[in-house]
Amino acid sequence: MGETVLEKLVCETTLEIKNAEGLHMRPAMQFIDLASQFDCKITVSNADRVADGKSIMQVSMLEATCGTRLQVRAEGPDADRALEALRELVEVRMFGEPPP
Amino acid sequence: MRFDEFVCFEATVSELQATDRDGAITELIAALVAAGKIPSESAKDVTKAVIKRENEASTGMGKGVAVPHVKHAAVKNVLAAIGQSSTGIDFASLDEQPVYSVILLISPVNNPDKHLQAMENVFRHLQKEKFRKFLRQSRQPAELEDLLREADENPSW
Repeated sequence: MGETVLEKLVCETTLEIKNAEGLHMRPAMQFIDLASQFDCKITVSNADRVADGKSIMQVSMLEATCGTRLQVRAEGPDADRALEALRELVEVRMFGEPPP
Repeated sequence: MRFDEFVCFEATVSELQATDRDGAITELIAALVAAGKIPSESAKDVTKAVIKRENEASTGMGKGVAVPHVKHAAVKNVLAAIGQSSTGIDFASLDEQPVYSVILLISPVNNPDKHLQAMENVFRHLQKEKFRKFLRQSRQPAELEDLLREADENPSW
């Protein structure tokens, strides 16, 4: 899913918010905590809103309700691993919260 | 969601007397009770819930602002009150700096999307240095109301 551009791995994916409460502050914290463990640059967007995936202020303004499909882009040597981990958090573990 | 849809301007506290987190939360809830937005019999329980939420993880997001919040059955619509402190309050913020503006947000229990819409508005503006500066400088309730109404009229501001 990645392509090497100037020795830089760039990966993109779509992650769907599946927990009922959406990406409120506690899940947003989990998201940035996990994202911050990787060296790659992570950008998250919901339609025209674009956020730095490692900034709590920016992730909190994505207004990602349950069912929202976020575009996530990672750029850097560990981009593929970062997206895999974020998918696990968002779609599989659903931030440890219940679905609707 | 616009500020004027959820911020109770009558409950602005232009100078919080408290210098600690729990005191500031208590004052803002008292202001919402005085403004008739929260039944007085619920005040204690709402306060407890906000503090419990804050103990789980600080809402001190850094840059001098905290956004304590909770979902509670005492409100039917998203409700906010803003308090200012010139001395600064210890909110155990991410950047370990004191907080000069506290935006308390109470959301209804069964409407998570409305909560996210209000948060989106708050954080979209808080990201802007100019907005944070004006927010901190708004020492009177009327100034704060003007600032938020102006932000509502100029979404890209």
